[in-house]
Amino acid sequence: MPDTHNRRSANLPPLTLHVPEPRFRPGDTPDFSDIAVLPAGVTPRPPEDVKPADIIGHAYGLVRVLDDEGRAVGPWDPRLSPERLRAMLRYMMLLRAFDDRMFRAQRQGKTSFYMKSTGEEAVSVAAAMALYRDDMCFPSYRQQGILITRDYPLTAMMNQIYSNREDPLKGRQLPIMYSSREYGFFSVSGNLATQYPQAVGWAMASAARGDTRIAAVWCGEGSTAEGDFHSAMTFGAVYNAPCIFNVVNNQWAISSFSGFAGGERTTFAARAVGYGIAGLRIDGNDPLAVYAATQWAADRARTNNGPTLIEHFTYRAEGHSTSDDPSAYRAKEEYAAWPLGDPVLRLKDHLIVLGEWDEDRHAAQATELADYVKAAQKEAEKNGILGHGLHQPFESMFEDVFEEMPWHLAEQRDQMLAEQTRKFGPGWRPE
Amino acid sequence: MTATAEIETGVRRMNMIEAINDALDVMLARDADVVVMGEDVGYFGGVFRATAGLQKKHGKTRVFDTPITECGIIGVAVGMGAYGLRPVPEIQFADYIYPALDQLVSEAARLRYRSACDFIAPMTVRSPFGGGIFGGQTHSQSPEGIFTHVSGVKTVIPATPYDAKGLLIAAIEDNDPVIFFEPKRIYNGPFSGYYDRPVEPWSKHAGCEVPEGHYRIELGKARTVRSGDAVTVLAYGTMVHVVETVVAEAGIDADIIDLRTLVPLDIAAIEESVKRTGRCLIVHEATRTSGFGAELTALVQERCFYHLEAPVERVTGFDTPYPHSLEWAYFPGPVRIATALEKLLKD
Ligand SMILES: Cc1ncc(C[n+]2csc(CCOP(=O)(O)OP(=O)(O)O)c2C)c(N)n1
Repeated sequence: MPDTHNRRSANLPPLTLHVPEPRFRPGDTPDFSDIAVLPAGVTPRPPEDVKPADIIGHAYGLVRVLDDEGRAVGPWDPRLSPERLRAMLRYMMLLRAFDDRMFRAQRQGKTSFYMKSTGEEAVSVAAAMALYRDDMCFPSYRQQGILITRDYPLTAMMNQIYSNREDPLKGRQLPIMYSSREYGFFSVSGNLATQYPQAVGWAMASAARGDTRIAAVWCGEGSTAEGDFHSAMTFGAVYNAPCIFNVVNNQWAISSFSGFAGGERTTFAARAVGYGIAGLRIDGNDPLAVYAATQWAADRARTNNGPTLIEHFTYRAEGHSTSDDPSAYRAKEEYAAWPLGDPVLRLKDHLIVLGEWDEDRHAAQATELADYVKAAQKEAEKNGILGHGLHQPFESMFEDVFEEMPWHLAEQRDQMLAEQTRKFGPGWRPE
Repeated sequence: MTATAEIETGVRRMNMIEAINDALDVMLARDADVVVMGEDVGYFGGVFRATAGLQKKHGKTRVFDTPITECGIIGVAVGMGAYGLRPVPEIQFADYIYPALDQLVSEAARLRYRSACDFIAPMTVRSPFGGGIFGGQTHSQSPEGIFTHVSGVKTVIPATPYDAKGLLIAAIEDNDPVIFFEPKRIYNGPFSGYYDRPVEPWSKHAGCEVPEGHYRIELGKARTVRSGDAVTVLAYGTMVHVVETVVAEAGIDADIIDLRTLVPLDIAAIEESVKRTGRCLIVHEATRTSGFGAELTALVQERCFYHLEAPVERVTGFDTPYPHSLEWAYFPGPVRIATALEKLLKD
């Protein structure tokens, strides 16, 4: 048999394995001067029915509206009224106050877990304001701002966080894994990216029914590595689903920097390009850019022009969660050095430039909101905190596994109740 | 079992995380084919710190972070195994292993069989499992029964630091895929089952005495935790310690067997014990229906029926998702175990 195959050459260079490495680790002085921050206002705003192939550059750019002086400039300026801008600021500040308070509650031992969205307030608040109230949101665990912007009661959120007797989710879920169909907020899963194809399914159903509502979904840049993300992109493209894909690129996935999701090579918005979906990369710390991009993508979806992927370029200002200590893996000064600033301060500065806000009003509002959150907390704590007895009835544990309880669960429920009697004595049930 | 005051040379006191870290360290140093990978395992050293310091010591191409895709992690481990490496992937929580099921069940588990040994998948998948940490339904599950049901994967669960190291080394050296579930509730100390009592550190338990260097605990060999004649108790992981506490408190002369490996199972040890005691209690934290306890019950009654003096009893988690606030009403704690023991020993 003639040897027609290439044999390995003896003098090929050895291969090397590339393992990504973030540029700064604890002890380093972060310097982000090489991050290309396009000036505000320079990115064109294409018509909502543009073909994805005609805006490929938008997936590699950075849509920004607020410039360094706090002015709103360029074609993406959503031209919101001062009232709307003040409402946006208020929701963002409320979200921050809520996060601070609940973080502290966890540290005080009142619950098991909490996750803040500090530095990412624009991503959820401005998007929720740009969507219609009946559009359906499929959030990750860091979009509590959607509930806050839709005026979901703070006490109900806290009751969930405390897993107490008034917890709408009956004490079953880890804190912050909210759910509210009434508020267009899909049940948060702990399993990353599962909500992505689910949002597409909801959007396909809406389209199939000739409805007018659209879906929006969020995940972190780290989660885009999951297969579910890519399944969603494929379904979204195939069925032209009326869905907005939001990738919150806050640079870190616990201790892994965005390079472990492919961020060393390209943008996350560029994921859209290969699927033939419209992709926008935007300044996620610019609330007006988030609003404008969401509105653009929503209009597109509403007019049967299909899905859009929006990469929100932002920074996770705090630890991943109460279980995390970011000083173990990233440079302390990163957030201070972050070139895109603080979304709350940027909107505040904008309102001040407009002559619609001032430092005194800002300080007064911060105090007012802190008090408001404190009052809600006091109210919620009347219903109990985690581990202090004021929980849902024990038997509720067996409810809702199925619509109707099968015999084996009924037996196990009775067994569990007998165990409580043995544990706490016959008088444990407060009937 | 309490730790001895004196400790031999060449032996160190470790908690379970340190023992696992040590096993990985030993294997990385001994075998150039071993690679450790997973979400946050590299620079940071894992969310439970099980891989702390290993990247620094063994280099970035031996110990590294991965993208967040469990399916990808296991698929890549199959490919590395096909090349000839011996990957030790970590799945950050057992609750997140499901996206990897296809690569585990259809690929890793069957590769040897379907290729008639042309390819093998010599990987050890480490993953923290089990509850008792207020982790809610996505940080508490015990899915071992899903894997024992699959032909072609071994399932190993340690209950002490000593066992964790020896079993992990044996698992890594094994040429078949091994699921190595680590009971995270006992990473830092054995758990009595009494959540309102202070946590006891491993340093007070003899199982914390871990020899330095390389040693193996053969897969498929159970450990007798306590010898007795009144009743056989089969358990693994966290529940071994809860059972030990209950048995001690009730003064029952129980034969407590820590299974250590579910597949392959030490059936000889089970048979010997049950035939001697005539009674058998099976304890696991996982849900009851189709749980590993059902398999054990069937085996015991198939092999020891004429020696049994009472029906085999099972103590398990309930068939609900793992709840958050009612964790301790869900957990198969001392009351559930004591009740079952009383029933078994009634006549
Ligand atoms: C399927 C799955 N795998 C792993 C985890 C553990 N985990 C929780 S959050 C997280 C990081 C996610 O990072 P990213 O998607 O960037 O979102 P961010 O937290 O930055 O908002 C990981 C690995 C999980 N929850 N689900």
